[in-house]
Amino acid sequence: MRLKLIKGKTNYNFFSKWKLWLGISSTLIILSCVSLFFQGLNYGIDFRGGTTIRTESEITVNVSQYRQALDVLNLGDIVITEVFDPTFRENQNVTQIRIEAQDGDESITASTVKSVEVALSAVDPGIKFPLVESVGPKVSSELVKAAVWAVISAIGAVLFYIWLRFEWQFALGAVLALVHDIILTMGIFSQVQIKFDLAIIAALLTIVGYSLNDTVVVFDRVRENLRKYKKKNLSEVLNMSINETLARTLMTSVTTLLALISLYVLGGDVIKGFVFAMIWGVLVGTYSSIFIAGTALLYLGVKRDWSKSSANQGNKFGNIDA
Amino acid sequence: MLQISSLKRISILFVVLLGILFAFPNFFYKHVEDYNDAIKSKALLDGDTNKSDLTYWWPKFLPSRLVNLGLDLRGGAHLLAEVNVEEVYASRMDSMWPTVRDALKAERGQIGSIRKLKESSFGQLRISVSKKEGLVRAIEIVQAMAVPVSSVNALGAKDLLVSGQDGELTIELSEAEKLATNDRTLKQSLEIIRRRVDEVGTREPTIQRQGERRILIQVPGIGSANELKSLIGTTAKLTFQEVVRQISNPDEAIKPENGLYKAYSKESTNAEYYVLKKSPVVTGEDLTDAQPSFDQNGLPSVNFRFNPSGGKKFGLFTANNIGSPFAIVLDNEVISAPVIRDAIMGGSGQISGSFSVEESSELSVLLRAGALPAGMIFLEERTIGPELGQDSIDAGKVACLVAFISVLVFMFLSYGLFGIFANVALIINVTLIFGLLSAVGATLTLPGIAGIVLTIGMAVDANVLIFERIREELKTSKGPARAIEVGYEKALSAILDANITTLITAIILFVMGSGPVRGFSITLGFGIITSVFTAIYLTRLFIIVWFERKRPKSIEV
Repeated sequence: MRLKLIKGKTNYNFFSKWKLWLGISSTLIILSCVSLFFQGLNYGIDFRGGTTIRTESEITVNVSQYRQALDVLNLGDIVITEVFDPTFRENQNVTQIRIEAQDGDESITASTVKSVEVALSAVDPGIKFPLVESVGPKVSSELVKAAVWAVISAIGAVLFYIWLRFEWQFALGAVLALVHDIILTMGIFSQVQIKFDLAIIAALLTIVGYSLNDTVVVFDRVRENLRKYKKKNLSEVLNMSINETLARTLMTSVTTLLALISLYVLGGDVIKGFVFAMIWGVLVGTYSSIFIAGTALLYLGVKRDWSKSSANQGNKFGNIDA
Repeated sequence: MLQISSLKRISILFVVLLGILFAFPNFFYKHVEDYNDAIKSKALLDGDTNKSDLTYWWPKFLPSRLVNLGLDLRGGAHLLAEVNVEEVYASRMDSMWPTVRDALKAERGQIGSIRKLKESSFGQLRISVSKKEGLVRAIEIVQAMAVPVSSVNALGAKDLLVSGQDGELTIELSEAEKLATNDRTLKQSLEIIRRRVDEVGTREPTIQRQGERRILIQVPGIGSANELKSLIGTTAKLTFQEVVRQISNPDEAIKPENGLYKAYSKESTNAEYYVLKKSPVVTGEDLTDAQPSFDQNGLPSVNFRFNPSGGKKFGLFTANNIGSPFAIVLDNEVISAPVIRDAIMGGSGQISGSFSVEESSELSVLLRAGALPAGMIFLEERTIGPELGQDSIDAGKVACLVAFISVLVFMFLSYGLFGIFANVALIINVTLIFGLLSAVGATLTLPGIAGIVLTIGMAVDANVLIFERIREELKTSKGPARAIEVGYEKALSAILDANITTLITAIILFVMGSGPVRGFSITLGFGIITSVFTAIYLTRLFIIVWFERKRPKSIEV
């Protein structure tokens, strides 16, 4: 007996409630934008400069004691957060201290780090500093620029590829789905204030890749069915295609999520934000490739007359996609 | 019908075996690493590359390359430094002054008297000419001193940019010369940093140029970024300069051709200052050797030796200046200013200040490695402790294993025998990723491990696409062989399109990203390549071989 996520042949009508899906997506996008606008992202030092120090101690951490010790150093805004993770050992107490960027281009002076380390060692002599990272304001502003360019060029390149392989309506539909996924992911990062750093950009781009993967598989089937069933109308063909690929869509989402969830639980706290972004991206990406990309395609319409596409080349109206 | 040529079968198996062979050493990571280190140090010590008589043994016919572990997994320090190239422009201009002065003085009749002015921006030489009508001639003279830029990218361009206005002559380096200078400065800096890091002897440091004027330095195993900074951040620029006078008030006015230098002392309370001629007599570039030693009073000092041209310049200068002091300047601080008693002709000498024994040996290391041509500022620094790296590796291993097992079980439950085929392919897939990473000498980072875990989840996608398609084709009852054939055929375009789009994003990540992000893009990209290979060739081979043996009348996928 096989485990089947989808029993037999399905025939859901994915577009009967398109207003509902559109409503849900628009609401979520608006919420994300509101959150991004008012609350903003919790940028890591990669993007705003500054220093983070990770401390590790065998005795229980008293955050307010740490704070007292550091406040006298006059280093500006200091954020101390305690870190918990199932992979930690019994007596492994970890905190993360973030110090804002000091004046000048340089990352940090050796004496600043030293003074922080000395101050904390006075509170807890057994304290260790397994990770000290600092990024100067000059580099962080460049990293922001590079990150934005990376995301834009990824979307652009993909738009171009799909346009080459399919039609422009497909490309636009896929990209709408992508933008939807990216906005929602950034929205949730802003809402729950998870640290947004370079690794999250990598996660965003992976979401781009994953969501596309899903969308392309659906579109591939749409293309095939459009050729096969010339008489059926577009919404029927879309529904049929999504139903036919539904089993695969869910299978792949489940295997990917299985892998990601084990990484989230067992992979340690350092990459937790990164993995969280990807889990969220897989969920959103699966949803969007069915509902957003499909609906967009339905709305934009596609050229049905595949067989005659080359014959029309000479006609000066032939290249207008309708 | 279902078939696959024997040449293809052999090629597929060959690729798989090659991948396993390259991945193999990673299963004995520590051992092979020790073995590689032993070979390296042996080759360094006595030039002997005979591998048989080592305490660590590894078969010679097997590859011994390993996946490099990134700093976040191994621990170490990371620095991004920006080289202050303007310093080089400025010292070039300073050293030009005497030549320019002499050339202009020779035509005093036309030009009148000349005077050096304070530069309005860094790296300029400004000269006032008393006869305004002589300015054109002065520009001509200086322009004649310009030489073509020695760089392939700047054909025909001259190295100097000379302009004049209102009896004032401004000389600076041309854009082309600045670019060529940047290039040279960066190359020198890279070389010197490499030498300094090598003296400490850690394993596989990364020292790379980034962009126009930046250097990325990653040293595994070093205690902290600060340690690394003090090793490479010191310019160690040694010069011997003529002393004009000694003063105690730093605000005193001095001539533009002279500079104010602080005297080196450990107690910074009563500072002394020297006024020195800016253009040095001899620089550290003429040094051939420097060793720690003790002076006649038994205090730590550094002995040095010049090359012949440096020795000659130094000899000439000391011969002409007997009785007056000269200054030994290190990184713009006067270490000592002894009075010249005799002409020093042998080309060697001794620096003694108030050094400790450690300082004198550190100074001689720095002098031997050579001076950095310019100072550096550090834009980014990271220290990763080795325990944290080990924790990450352990957590990554467990996560990988659990992800692996859950995907394997899920695939088996979903597709039965075909699921097993996909599972074997998945195991080989991950092995191939490690093989590829080792073969190209790529670096595995923590996000890289995440990339592998993600690949484990996504790699089955291609097989899922095929199997689902075969299921569909079986429903239209074409017989199992035909269904498999058509399933593969029809799934192919979806597999390729889906994976090429992901590959595009991986490539963009690789090009635009740095450090850990790049590590992620590498494993993601390799994962895509290997998973497409295993899905469309390897599982297909399994299925065909199985089909040929069993010849089933019907199949269940």
